[in-house]
Amino acid sequence: MNSAITDTEAQGQDITAQSGRFWVVTYLAITGLVLLLMMVFGLLMRLAQAGWLAIDPSLFYEIMTVHGVGMVGIASLGGVAVMWHFLARYVSLRAGVLAINLVLFLVGVVAMLAADFIGGFAAAWTFLYPLPAVSGSVWPAWSAELHLFGLLLVGVGFLLICLEVGRALIAEYGGLGRALGWHKLFFNSDDNVPPPAAVAAAMVVIVDTPALIAGAAVIVMSLVNLFAPTIAINPLLAKNLIYFFGHVIINATIYMAVIAVYELLPRITGRKWKTTRVFLAAWTLSTTMVLVIYPHHLLMDFVMPTWAMMLGQVLSYINSFPVLVVTGLGALAILHRSGIRWDLVSTLLFISIFGWMAGVVPAVIDATVVVNSVMHNTLWVPGHFHFYLLLGLLPMIFAVMIHLARNEDVTPRGGDLTAILYLLFGLIFVIMFLAGGWASVPRRWAVHLEQWQIWDKVASVMAAGVIVIATIFVVMFLARIPGMLRQK
Amino acid sequence: MNVQSVTALVTTLVVLVIVVVFINIRRHAHEAREYAPVQGTAYRYRAILFWVMIVVGLPITVYLLRDLPYATAATAPEVVNATGSQWNWDLDKEEFTTGQIVEFNVTSTDVNHGFGLYDQNGTLLAQTQAMPGYINRLTYQFTTPGTYKVMCLEYCGLVHHDMILDLTVADGNGGSNE
Repeated sequence: MNSAITDTEAQGQDITAQSGRFWVVTYLAITGLVLLLMMVFGLLMRLAQAGWLAIDPSLFYEIMTVHGVGMVGIASLGGVAVMWHFLARYVSLRAGVLAINLVLFLVGVVAMLAADFIGGFAAAWTFLYPLPAVSGSVWPAWSAELHLFGLLLVGVGFLLICLEVGRALIAEYGGLGRALGWHKLFFNSDDNVPPPAAVAAAMVVIVDTPALIAGAAVIVMSLVNLFAPTIAINPLLAKNLIYFFGHVIINATIYMAVIAVYELLPRITGRKWKTTRVFLAAWTLSTTMVLVIYPHHLLMDFVMPTWAMMLGQVLSYINSFPVLVVTGLGALAILHRSGIRWDLVSTLLFISIFGWMAGVVPAVIDATVVVNSVMHNTLWVPGHFHFYLLLGLLPMIFAVMIHLARNEDVTPRGGDLTAILYLLFGLIFVIMFLAGGWASVPRRWAVHLEQWQIWDKVASVMAAGVIVIATIFVVMFLARIPGMLRQK
Repeated sequence: MNVQSVTALVTTLVVLVIVVVFINIRRHAHEAREYAPVQGTAYRYRAILFWVMIVVGLPITVYLLRDLPYATAATAPEVVNATGSQWNWDLDKEEFTTGQIVEFNVTSTDVNHGFGLYDQNGTLLAQTQAMPGYINRLTYQFTTPGTYKVMCLEYCGLVHHDMILDLTVADGNGGSNE
């Protein structure tokens, strides 16, 4: 903080901090509520697959589409809230961008809900060209156009967030390379070394900006094709754009949320998390890797160049290093024999590190081509992404919610039984997906063969448990909102 | 053991190791120690883990690149056109014999589909994408007689879950199908 700050500037910063807090709390409240609804949709899907609930396949696929895009949306919204909340103490952020993004987000969401549940659009969150336009006469073109337009609005909103965060980082550190700590990493300079929160935010800006632009491009191309069907797109190009966009966007949500680990574990344990050169090297490696490994989603597109597929596999293996070796081990070291008493916030963060580290394992293994041959597009795929989203990302967001509900007092209080139950229900739920993948059950099937349904039935029970616990966390947060907003 | 079982086993073992580490951290967290020696030990583990992953992991991943499904057969295979459409599979032939090397030329007339070849036990044997305007060539040699299925593995709309085709494979030695 600049010591030459005037009274007016200090007042301005207080107002900014206050309005930033208002939007962070609003973002987390919306994240919590939409999350619970999306979880219920997920439960309905598993119940249908279990044969316990009769849902028309057209409705199943609409629910599947809303669940996918809704979860990606709130993962991003919640991630932005966590990132903004902690980053704001290091750089000067303009809270007005949060307001603009939220408007675009909500309009986009309403558009997609109308397109999907009223229009019947059900091309999944991946909107893989040419499915939105070629539905076999199931949904009208207007529903595809409305859904894609809504998604475009949401994407533009997040792009504005990226640009604002990038601007703030550049203003504070002098450049994105400096925000990634390259002056420390390569030249061992200790001049204004960015804290972990800023390094993570820099990574997110650098990767999400091209990803959102690619996503916007393929959405606009799809819209052009919808309005003028004679203008076709190369489907392989479209698939590359979609999976580059999707892979980066969903990975970036964890990179935003993990800032909670870097910020809260030191406060809870009294031990520092320093920006070392190893830490910076890991984050620079992650930044590069996340941009180039999306071909691991296209390993079964045999027409892709073989070198791209081989790199997709090898780089996916290397991409596990920063998570497992640096962030995971670093978090465990901070906690090990730290003298802390486990409570809800510390246990949720502890679980989140486990979810992320363990969740990487089935993902990396599936990125092996010979494994992908028999596990791609089976339930193994939702198995691995639910592992690190349900058990990695969400506990990070819940931890911040509870932390804010406690007015940021890290003194341990109460038990952590709800967190342990969340882990147990969530882990068995995830294992049922992985078991389905082992059993070759295809993903995205509305109707399952009888021999697959045992996995679906156990998963349904576990999902219900997860929803109950998640509701407890969200209600704990919502109940304390008035107090949070009064805090400076 | 098939690929799926090896995958599940390796995943389980590695995740179990992670679980054991986490339980250990959990149990000892309240026993306060100075951070510097803890951090020193962590850095040593980190270095060991890093080098083990490099020395063991990288050769494994390079080794696993030796057997990719992208190459077409060296000896002249039987070429079978396999076309996905909303919502059925259309193959030049649906009866094969063991020992025959088949090259499925997979494409689509409309949206992306997934050509998933399953054996009689419901185990996925091989797959490739069916993309409009492209041909993905999947080479496979049936070794066991019986009824196989092609199931769609790329979400393609309303009847994605019912795009199933039976293939029969007879014993190539001239014996019975049993």
